[in-house]
Amino acid sequence: MATGSSKAESAKWKMVSCDPDKCTGCTVCEYICSLTKDNAFSAQKSRIRTMRLHPLVNISIACRLCSPAPCVTACPRDALKQSEQTGVIMIDDDKCDGCSWCIEACDYGAITLHPELKKVRICDLCQDEKDGPRCVKWCPEEALDFVTKDILSQKARIAVTKKLFKEAMAAAGITV
Amino acid sequence: MLGYAGRILHVDLTSGKTWTEPLKEELAKKYIGGIGLGMRLLLDHSKPGVDPFDPENPLVLATGPLSGSMVPTGGNGHAFVSKSPQTFAMGEAKSHGHFGTAMKRAGYDAIIFYGKSEKPVYLWVDDDAIQIMDAKHLWGKSTFETEDAIRNELKDFYVRVASIGPAGEKLVRIACIMNDRSRAAGRCGLGAVMGSKNLKAIAIRGSKDVKPANQERLLELVKIQHERMKGPAARKYRTLGTPENVLVLQKLGAMPTNNFTRATFDAADKISGEYLNERFVAKIIGCSSCAMRCEHVAVVPEGPYKGTTTRIEYEPLWAMGPNCGVGNLDAILKGMDLSNVYGVDAISIGGIVGFAMDLYEHGLVSKEELGGLELNFGNHEAMLEMIKRISLREGFGDVLAEGVKLAAEKIGKDAPNYAVHIKGVEMTGYDIRGLKTAALGYAVSFRGADHNRHGAYGPDVGGKVNRFKAEKGRGKLVRETEDLYAIIDSLIVCKFSRGTYFEGYKDLAALYSAVTGIEMTPEELQIAGERINNLGRLFNIREGLTRKDDSMPWKIMNVPIPDEGVAKGSFVSQEDLDLLLDDYYEVRGWTKDGVPTVEKLNEIGMEDLVYLVKEKTEKPRRKAKEE
Repeated sequence: MATGSSKAESAKWKMVSCDPDKCTGCTVCEYICSLTKDNAFSAQKSRIRTMRLHPLVNISIACRLCSPAPCVTACPRDALKQSEQTGVIMIDDDKCDGCSWCIEACDYGAITLHPELKKVRICDLCQDEKDGPRCVKWCPEEALDFVTKDILSQKARIAVTKKLFKEAMAAAGITV
Repeated sequence: MLGYAGRILHVDLTSGKTWTEPLKEELAKKYIGGIGLGMRLLLDHSKPGVDPFDPENPLVLATGPLSGSMVPTGGNGHAFVSKSPQTFAMGEAKSHGHFGTAMKRAGYDAIIFYGKSEKPVYLWVDDDAIQIMDAKHLWGKSTFETEDAIRNELKDFYVRVASIGPAGEKLVRIACIMNDRSRAAGRCGLGAVMGSKNLKAIAIRGSKDVKPANQERLLELVKIQHERMKGPAARKYRTLGTPENVLVLQKLGAMPTNNFTRATFDAADKISGEYLNERFVAKIIGCSSCAMRCEHVAVVPEGPYKGTTTRIEYEPLWAMGPNCGVGNLDAILKGMDLSNVYGVDAISIGGIVGFAMDLYEHGLVSKEELGGLELNFGNHEAMLEMIKRISLREGFGDVLAEGVKLAAEKIGKDAPNYAVHIKGVEMTGYDIRGLKTAALGYAVSFRGADHNRHGAYGPDVGGKVNRFKAEKGRGKLVRETEDLYAIIDSLIVCKFSRGTYFEGYKDLAALYSAVTGIEMTPEELQIAGERINNLGRLFNIREGLTRKDDSMPWKIMNVPIPDEGVAKGSFVSQEDLDLLLDDYYEVRGWTKDGVPTVEKLNEIGMEDLVYLVKEKTEKPRRKAKEE
């Protein structure tokens, strides 16, 4: 069982994260995901989904690599396992019967039910690719990133510092 | 035949019956999709001379072959086609967003609406399940409210909705069809056709696969387009957006002001793309599959219209700005928002209000008739009030809701001289008195005054020709851009992406073939563009239009540009127009009356439509023999 992954391991995990300030809601991530995973353009088959709640509010969401992962805990058939190395939720299609308890357990809507196979689908970080997830590479706005949680918080720190710096300079009448 | 869904859905709103038929490959290849396919379906399924609001006038909705695919900007388009209540001729309008993607995923290349429902309804397309739903509770609601209400009652946030607002219900002749909140199939008044059928909305959920014919090749091509779209070819749309035009046209003396009274606007700096982006634009978003993103979402930060959030482009900004003498962006953005809420074409509404302001200032409409409104140029509060009255047909707004052409005829006196329109459709934001290649493009456009049927302002604004001169050769320029634009609107890729097809038809044909698996050479694609333009002309001929309708507004031909500067004194004379039309008809292979010849139609594979012109092209020959 992978639910008890050590801290050291999960700190190395990289996930797909979306910067809502950059996301335009174009769904290119959905297109490339479904095409390479299922040979078809289909939002329902994409492992990453875009949400535009309002023209100003756009984001794409894929698996957050929670640890421990509620979806794994919720599965009554032990069909889901979390990789200790990567944090990816691995699905045993022979065990999965599409009951969707994991979908209910996921707070982010990052799990979908494949419309034909009736098995759940979760982002696998394109492990068949050498240089990381395809959605990250194809995002035209570079809104998606493939990062560890530590780098995510670092990015937030950089952004907020820039903002504060800009405000301070503006208050002093200096444009940067 | 991949890419295409391979199915056409027929909906008879009178009987409530629906049925599907396969899309024939020959028809698909000849007319591509989008406006091309839609126009051909309209011609085949309508009778000549029918009033646009008659139940016998069908409304066609079509996606393109690329809709639902990853082709950048190509994945999302849809087009509405019908006989226009403004021109009484070919009407078409496209829109983007996410609606077209859903329609293709539901499995339809086109939906044709016939007849008229007894009660307000909306169509609910859930893949193969088609239902005509009661819309009594939606009647009178804004387009935003309608979209939200339908998503709520169908309990799926990803359901895509195209709907009309109160203006469409009240048969306002400039009514549009809105989708995904901020996108509009704007021109030609097709929202009123929808209203005349008691059809409030179309809701679609699509969950089928769209499979490209050649996945590997397509990804190669998409990658190339992505790179180009990040580069200079799409810079304008990614940065300032189309409002960049404000200062460009101002400098050229080509910015129509006060209903084409002048060609420069004194307050241009206050409405410029630069100022707009600095103060108002909060976010730029993109349609499904787009790698450029252009949709500038503006928010009014303070004042009486604080919080107004709306998409903004140059054309509506011009129509409710300089054309109405309004230099207040807060009010312009509010006007844009109202247009979306009521569901009227944001270009035409500004055209109509500017026209009414002109009449008011010339004493052709009184303050009493306007219910006490002082409708001077620049009065932005009065402008917003008029937008509401026109959209809801209140007071004098009822007359103006007919569009400037019909309203001017009703008002009488000199009013038609102030009605700036072509074929009944209000002008757009280019002062064609000093842009003579564009002037020709506007005159011959089959859907009336429009810059989007040809883009012939390109050579004028870019300085490739002497824009103040009418001369031979302009016909060829217009023809070339018309054919390309017809293909862009039939594949339905975005016009804003046009600069990223470095090799024109070659790039577009490659994308088409990779998605559909149908072999298409660049030459064949160009001929398809020519075919679609001939089709538009044939429909209009069937409806009784002649060379006389390829005309210019009175002001364009009679009032030289008065502003000091480069453009001063320029206008389009009758000789100019005749020379331009003769030249254009000749390069099109049409008669002096602008009728496609039998030879031309045979040459481009339109033998089956020769019957529409046979009599008209033979008459002059018989006459010659008699003489």
